Amino acid sequence: MFVWTVLLIVLMAAIAYWAGRTRAAGLVTAGGPRLHSLPSYHGLFTAAGAMIGGLALAIAGALAFGGQSVATPVAAVVGAGIGAAPLYAKSSLDFRARNNFERIVLVLLICCSGVAILTTIGIVFSVLFETLVFFRSVSPIEFLFGTHWSPTGTPPSFGLIPLLAGTLLITVIAILVAGPLGLLSAIYMAEYASPHLRSVLKPILEILAGIPTVVLGFFAALTVAPLIRGSGEAMGFSVASESALAAGLVMGMMIVPLISSLSDDIINAVPQSLRDGSYAMGATKSETIKKVVLPAALPGIVSAFMLAISRAVGETMIVVMAAGLAANLTANPLAAVTTITVQIATLLVGDQEFDSPKTLSAFALGFVLFFFTLVLNYIALRIVQKYREQYD
Amino acid sequence: MNAPVHHQTLVTPEKPKALAAGQFKVTARDVDVFYGDKHAIRKLSIDIPDRAVSAFIGPSGCGKSTFLRCINRMNDTIPTCRVTGDIKVDKNDIYDPKIDVVQLRAKVGMVFQKPNPFPKSIYENVAYGPRIHGLAASKTELDEIVEKSLRKAGLWEEVKDRLQHPGTGLSGGQQQRLCIARAIAVNPEVILMDEPCSALDPIATARIEELIDELRQNYCIVIVTHSMQQAARVSQLTAFFHLGTLVEYGDTDEMFTAPQEKRTQDYITGRFG
Repeated sequence: MFVWTVLLIVLMAAIAYWAGRTRAAGLVTAGGPRLHSLPSYHGLFTAAGAMIGGLALAIAGALAFGGQSVATPVAAVVGAGIGAAPLYAKSSLDFRARNNFERIVLVLLICCSGVAILTTIGIVFSVLFETLVFFRSVSPIEFLFGTHWSPTGTPPSFGLIPLLAGTLLITVIAILVAGPLGLLSAIYMAEYASPHLRSVLKPILEILAGIPTVVLGFFAALTVAPLIRGSGEAMGFSVASESALAAGLVMGMMIVPLISSLSDDIINAVPQSLRDGSYAMGATKSETIKKVVLPAALPGIVSAFMLAISRAVGETMIVVMAAGLAANLTANPLAAVTTITVQIATLLVGDQEFDSPKTLSAFALGFVLFFFTLVLNYIALRIVQKYREQYD
Repeated sequence: MNAPVHHQTLVTPEKPKALAAGQFKVTARDVDVFYGDKHAIRKLSIDIPDRAVSAFIGPSGCGKSTFLRCINRMNDTIPTCRVTGDIKVDKNDIYDPKIDVVQLRAKVGMVFQKPNPFPKSIYENVAYGPRIHGLAASKTELDEIVEKSLRKAGLWEEVKDRLQHPGTGLSGGQQQRLCIARAIAVNPEVILMDEPCSALDPIATARIEELIDELRQNYCIVIVTHSMQQAARVSQLTAFFHLGTLVEYGDTDEMFTAPQEKRTQDYITGRFG
């Protein structure tokens, strides 16, 4: 019945369009006054009425009689008729169908952006409320400052600090890898590479961005981690088979294209006149890049880094596979650590009871993660604003 | 030793006054410039004297800016550009592979059409050149260079209390004078100006023109301009370019009162261009 309902509404709208258009066109007499709006606008206006009326009554019908009932498509047709009729009757020579139709489009646009915003707010609040429920069984102090994480232990303990430390450790490793690699390759691509080379290099780097993180994850776990373990042990370090270093390195590779591609665009956006000014002073290419181009591009580069950090903090698949589940509180990159995202994933895999503190703690972790990236984005925004005032 | 090689447009009964007086700073012989397949300048020869203002005039696309950019090799930044022939600054061939383009540009400064201060403070803008060329041994010395340059550019009084403010916050005319200060901070001998007033209002333009007149005492100045009045006001010599060739070159006064060539007369009286 659903397909029928949709088809009928579309059909009714088409009929309404045709009817409205024909009627408006018929109003014009040879040598008489002209229509204010073109006939097609009268048609569109009537069709919009049919759509709205049809959808409204179809939903009402489905709620009243159930979606499988024949009543739903019937209600859709009736609704379309009711919606279209007054608009059809309205059309006259000086009726402003064009302006009215544009108002309907405007409302549609507002509704679409409203859906996105409301969804975001809805998610934030649902996470917030579940977090508050969680805090009824576990105190916020214990959660935020506890140094022991074992949600399945007896008694379970929910200390965030080891997870936060693990997340930060892996993120720092990732940025240490991706920052220099990404920025320097962006400088090469934007300033030194010939246009031909650039047109080849950039897509290749972007392919790296397109590799699914689950692939990168098992690459980290099955290739990079044993490699690090082997070479670490050859040098006499004790390396866990799932180490923060392996996860951080691969996560760094994941965000290299993000940083390099964004930075490349930003460096390219620095006006050529600034470079010319510097060359004309007798500066070399690298002096120009260091002292003029990069400072001018700095706000954009910083926001690229922040975006990359947010991405790293929220990344799950790589760390699930390569970093392990052991909630160790350590700064040693060779040890196994776990991150907030890994714990959320493991907490919610399998059968759950929705009111146990174990499950609810996922919401609290999610909220922390959300807060974390929110702060990062805010900092990025502030940095960009501050320098934009100075530089533009 | 400075006898100018005879050039078609210089064959006049008496040598132009300004040409006779000065020493030639820049000399060009049979210069051709190509952008890819486009032949932008054909067989151009010119002698530009020191301590005088030479103006290049001509309709858009006539090659005057192109030639200007050859004098400090700014055309090197355009990959398709090719220059043949001889251009000498102080008798040194600037397209000699042995020449260091960085040294050349320190000696031949440039001011652009649109003011392009760096996104740095006023102080840092002027200190940029002296810093990269190591002209100042200490902070005090650098301060002196900055002050001297800003004074020469007639900007010191306006900005001395806000040297740490961004250079981009100045008005258009001030920005252009900042760019001139930046150029003279490295002690150039030649200053190239590519339509330096085209983005400025008449008052700022008048200020820059006064400045150019003062700077003439110490520098060889070459200015590209679309304004014939400006050429008449600031320059001692004028060169008229058309379709990539140098049509006529001589004393500004004579050029505007009694041009030798019909095309020059047509252009300066507004019949084309």
